[in-house]
Amino acid sequence: MIKHATLEKNSILLTVFVLIVVSIGGIVELAPLFYLESTIEEVEGMRPYTPLELAGRGIYIREGCYNCHSQMIRPLRDEHERYGHYSLAAESMYDHPFQWGSKRTGPDLARIGGRYSDEWHAAHMIDPRAVVPESVMPGYPFLATTALKTDDIADHLTANRMVGVPYTDDMIANAAADLAAQVDRDSDDLDALAERYPKTQVRDFDGNPEMISELDALIAYMQMLGTLVDFSSFKAEGQNLR
Amino acid sequence: MHILSVLIMALGAVLTALLAFQASDGVMSFHAALMALFFLVAIVLLHRRRGNLNTDGYEDGIIRAGAIASTFWGVVGFLVGLVIALQLAFPVLNFDLPWTNFGRLRPLHTSAVIFAFGGNVLLMTSFHVVQRTCQARLAGGWAPWFVFWGYQLFIVMAATGYVLGVTQSKEYAEPEWYVDLWLTLVWVVYLLVFLATLWKRKEPHIYVANWFYLAFIVTVAMLHIINNLAIPVSWTGTRSYGVWAGVQDALTQWWYAHNAVGFFLTAGFLAIMYYYVPKRAERPVYSYRLSIVHFWSLIFLYIWAGPHHLHYTALPEWSQTLGMTFSVMLWMPSWGGMINGLMTLSGAWDKLRTDPVLRMMVVSVAFYGMSTFEGPLMSIKAVNALSHYTDWTIGHVHSGALGWVAFVSFGALYHVVPIMWGRQRLYSLVLVNVHFWIATLGIVLYIAAMWVSGILQGLMWRAYDHLGFLEYSFAETVEAMHPFYVIRALGGLLFVIGSLVMAYNLWRTMRGDLRAEAVPVPLAPAVGAAS
Repeated sequence: MIKHATLEKNSILLTVFVLIVVSIGGIVELAPLFYLESTIEEVEGMRPYTPLELAGRGIYIREGCYNCHSQMIRPLRDEHERYGHYSLAAESMYDHPFQWGSKRTGPDLARIGGRYSDEWHAAHMIDPRAVVPESVMPGYPFLATTALKTDDIADHLTANRMVGVPYTDDMIANAAADLAAQVDRDSDDLDALAERYPKTQVRDFDGNPEMISELDALIAYMQMLGTLVDFSSFKAEGQNLR
Repeated sequence: MHILSVLIMALGAVLTALLAFQASDGVMSFHAALMALFFLVAIVLLHRRRGNLNTDGYEDGIIRAGAIASTFWGVVGFLVGLVIALQLAFPVLNFDLPWTNFGRLRPLHTSAVIFAFGGNVLLMTSFHVVQRTCQARLAGGWAPWFVFWGYQLFIVMAATGYVLGVTQSKEYAEPEWYVDLWLTLVWVVYLLVFLATLWKRKEPHIYVANWFYLAFIVTVAMLHIINNLAIPVSWTGTRSYGVWAGVQDALTQWWYAHNAVGFFLTAGFLAIMYYYVPKRAERPVYSYRLSIVHFWSLIFLYIWAGPHHLHYTALPEWSQTLGMTFSVMLWMPSWGGMINGLMTLSGAWDKLRTDPVLRMMVVSVAFYGMSTFEGPLMSIKAVNALSHYTDWTIGHVHSGALGWVAFVSFGALYHVVPIMWGRQRLYSLVLVNVHFWIATLGIVLYIAAMWVSGILQGLMWRAYDHLGFLEYSFAETVEAMHPFYVIRALGGLLFVIGSLVMAYNLWRTMRGDLRAEAVPVPLAPAVGAAS
């Protein structure tokens, strides 16, 4: 039996023991998540973000939206009625990093897609209290007037592929064209875009066709949130599928 | 050795200067330039100090620097907290600008108080405690100074990054990949300095406070590296994508974040308790055996508790239950530690009347007990269903952060500054008293307001009317928060004022001023006292 005094007299032994003791919990809890069926299941409808949605997600992250908005609906009656079907693990499988959040100063956004019009979103971002008088959200008028940085969008897809998002060579090669096509209903690229990214919504999101703004990207991202999985046909199978 | 140091710094300067010119975004340019400047200044300082590096006695200069940095970042962090509290009460204060909106300033607040204030307090006290308890000078020559200034650079890069929109959006781990790499470098040097100083100790036993510091340094390194693994979009740009996704990322993040609380804000500050409370009370630690049990059970159990941040989410239920179970068990070592700290005052309780610094430390331990009871309570799934996503969490964090972490830090600062500047006492004990009461009142306002707003909003979200419809729209629940947000901001204002009183008091102490006031005389020991 090792005496505690031995540890107290040997800093390396103490360090090693500390490392072992603090590793156990993490290994037991984290490792199974990489092979358990319920955490790696694939659900029909899930696809990687389009380049425009990915860019919009970048704006969402940059502005720290996760500080006040969750994207994780719990299986509680009131949340089901307020926000919709509880969130599945698969719905954030392409999220690097996840955006579940921890605080609802504002409402959950996991299924915000399609709930409001583009015009509402644009007005709300520019001046939240113009459409929701009780809101305490900051205004983001600068998004509408700032051009979206698009020159490195293919690099973003490549980096995502390196961490496991299944972007194809085709998707990466056409990233810039796909991004531009998603805000242009007259684009010739639309069929190819729809084939690469099913259920993609195409339109000028911010109401300003002159420029692809950061607001375009952000609204495109918000309008697709929670819309990929069709819950009218989704059936949770087996044990503990969430 | 000297030449090697200069060469390494020169290489760093060249590489970062190149990066500053080649960067693919402005923030990277700015941060690379800061790093280049850091290396250049380091070279100049190394050159000047050449050959006359002091090796006698203790390295106290770094503790003085740490005391100043801790006080400065504390005031800054609390002030930003006050600003964002006011923004939630009065959203017009966001000014609709990118650099001033709540979403960017909230990480600035959390990082400033946790890493800038808390981190500097930990650096300062660990360097103080390890030298005194080992009776040895800090090891590594200029290496501790690299740790200190490298850490300040980390803070400046993280903070300016947030304001300029550079974040990886992982709570309490927002800095991007290159800042994370820099911190890793600094942290490894910190661990080596700490260990090398332990190796120089004159005592055969390593003192209990140092176990806690060691566990804090080692575990934070492990958490930081695993949680922040990422692939940059470009080696010359700020953006990256983390290697973890979705549910795996969620648990990795909360394993990290919960243990940032457990090891950064708890183990590290318990080390402070284990050195400064006995020192101040002039009594030995209550129980050596309890220290051992406290230490190992705390570090073993804490690491399991992360899943309680993910109750009712897409995390598998067994994991949630495991997290809850360990969180409830964690109550025991937490209170074991609290008891060990409080009972150290056995035979010295009268000092609470005469020594406001000791009182601050003791109240901090009491707050530690309060919030480590509240934590397990909130980790119970039924409670969490109500409390999660609400201000109750924010209130809980602040009873720990303000009541425990900040108060024990204030106690340590008040204790260390007169010693390090060679003053007979603090400038004013009356001002310590003023600080204590203003700050305590501020904390009470803060956490009471958050209890009410959190529970109120949680209940409003799940309220149904008599027809079975949800009774309140989300916007109505936001409106109901307003009075509590105002009260919270008032509490925060009091806390900021308290910290300014402390800064003034410490500054006058450093200058060597003594305020003319009646210094309370401790009671004479009762032993052998004749009537």
